[in-house]
Amino acid sequence: MEKALRKYGPLFVLPTFAAFLIGFVYPFFQGLYLSFCQFTTINNAKFIGLGNYLKVFQDTSFLDAFWFTALFSVVSILSINVFAFALALILTRDHLKGTNIFRTVFFMPNLIGGIVLGYIWQILINCILSLVGQPLLALNTKAGYWGLIILMCWQQIGYMMIIYIAGLQNVPEALTEAASIDGATSWQTLWKVKLPMVMPSITICVFLTLTNSFKLFDQNLALTAGEPAHATEMLALNIYQTFYARAGAQWKGLGQAKAVIFCILVIVISLIQFRATHSKEVQQ
Amino acid sequence: MKNKAKALNGIFSVILSILSLLYIFPVVMILFNSFKQENSITTDGAFTLPTAETFDGLTNYVNAIGAQGFLSSLGYSLFITISSVAAILLFCSMSAWYLARVKSWFSTMFYYLCVFSMVVPFQMVMYTLSATADKLKLNTPWNIWVIYLGFGAGLAVFMITGFMKSIPLEIEEAAMIDGCNPIRTFFSIVMPMLKPTLVSVGILEAMWVWNDYLLPTLVLDIKKYKTIPMLIQYFRGSYGRVEMGPMMASIMLTIIPIIIVYLLGQKHIIKGVAAGAVKG
Repeated sequence: MEKALRKYGPLFVLPTFAAFLIGFVYPFFQGLYLSFCQFTTINNAKFIGLGNYLKVFQDTSFLDAFWFTALFSVVSILSINVFAFALALILTRDHLKGTNIFRTVFFMPNLIGGIVLGYIWQILINCILSLVGQPLLALNTKAGYWGLIILMCWQQIGYMMIIYIAGLQNVPEALTEAASIDGATSWQTLWKVKLPMVMPSITICVFLTLTNSFKLFDQNLALTAGEPAHATEMLALNIYQTFYARAGAQWKGLGQAKAVIFCILVIVISLIQFRATHSKEVQQ
Repeated sequence: MKNKAKALNGIFSVILSILSLLYIFPVVMILFNSFKQENSITTDGAFTLPTAETFDGLTNYVNAIGAQGFLSSLGYSLFITISSVAAILLFCSMSAWYLARVKSWFSTMFYYLCVFSMVVPFQMVMYTLSATADKLKLNTPWNIWVIYLGFGAGLAVFMITGFMKSIPLEIEEAAMIDGCNPIRTFFSIVMPMLKPTLVSVGILEAMWVWNDYLLPTLVLDIKKYKTIPMLIQYFRGSYGRVEMGPMMASIMLTIIPIIIVYLLGQKHIIKGVAAGAVKG
């Protein structure tokens, strides 16, 4: 069979592979090359070696964006996963009424796109801020930071909750029953039986929230657009602004170099995370 | 023990109900504001209900649909989402079958490139991708699906290949021995078995394409074509003064179809997300 399929190989693989070359492979390597160039359009790229990379580390806005992103990611990963897991635990209780409705409601914000979500929350948060007499989002870094976290929680808790529910439902009843016969409290059952058994779900959820938070763009653009004075600008938005909000020969190369560093950062962090939580998974 | 569990369930029901109301609140707030007159929509008045004086009926909706080009944006978004998801499902499942069944250096390389592409942030390729799309004239709503197929292939190929490895080879082999060529085997044997996975992948990719903002902004000519996320952003960005009324109405018009589709296909969507995550 392999032989027959091999003969038809081009038909099966070529459409996707060609699109993949156009949509990913070629732009990726061209981007890698351009990060060593000075350019305003692709056609006038001039090789300048490591110049762009040296400039990235002198660009304080990039470092600020990095710390803002890191701080945002840590808090949002923790809060999303803790709340999502707690909701999943409650919703998998026996004889709780209306679980389906709750599940439906909590998942809903996920389907609404980042741009729309950002504006909805901008209107809401600005209203609260003006009612309590605080400066609006455009002048309020702290509100921008917490606004982004609340917005991300609102959007992502439902999604992660669904994954945790699926994980918890896969824990064999025999195990929890055995634990309770042995006299384990429900707290002990949670820590010693359920948590180790849902470790694969935790790996996935932490991975998803980590990459989502680090790559966040739409919500950042719509909610605060980096205001005030780039103080709430995350890495993705910082790169975008370097590319498109500035005129001058040096900016695009600098932006591309930032993008390469950003890319390496995301890959390294997700690898470390994956190794760390994956190793805690137990065989069923 | 039983009574305690019952009491706890009661408490949890109350907490969850309050949380649910809080969850729906932002959308309800926009809904109420979308019925207000333009000059009654103020920053600190977003929580007040429309009154007899400020109520404006469907004027904002009429404005949003009429002057702001909402319908053409809806059309573009629909066409782009449907064509991209259809292309991704068809071509990626074909590729995934090949990758799962034929062992070669090419299969291995393609598979790992797909995994790699899932982690790479869009900013890495955004400039070069939009330049490539321009050069190849893939910059209209009618053929942007090629770009989506290329950039979305990673997740789809990865998920479908993963599932493919768990379905038995014997059925396909039997079909081939009975004289089916690979094309027929794929469409009449393999494709039907893939259905649950295709539903998961389709939902995930549709959520992505429908809500995607940056890729169409960079690839399409914004003066000619605006998808819905582009239209909403355009409202805020390019005018000196934002027309809040039509803006609220547009947000509602964007959300309502999503909620209807969600309520209709709720079971599939939630199952699809859970299944997709477990395999991914």
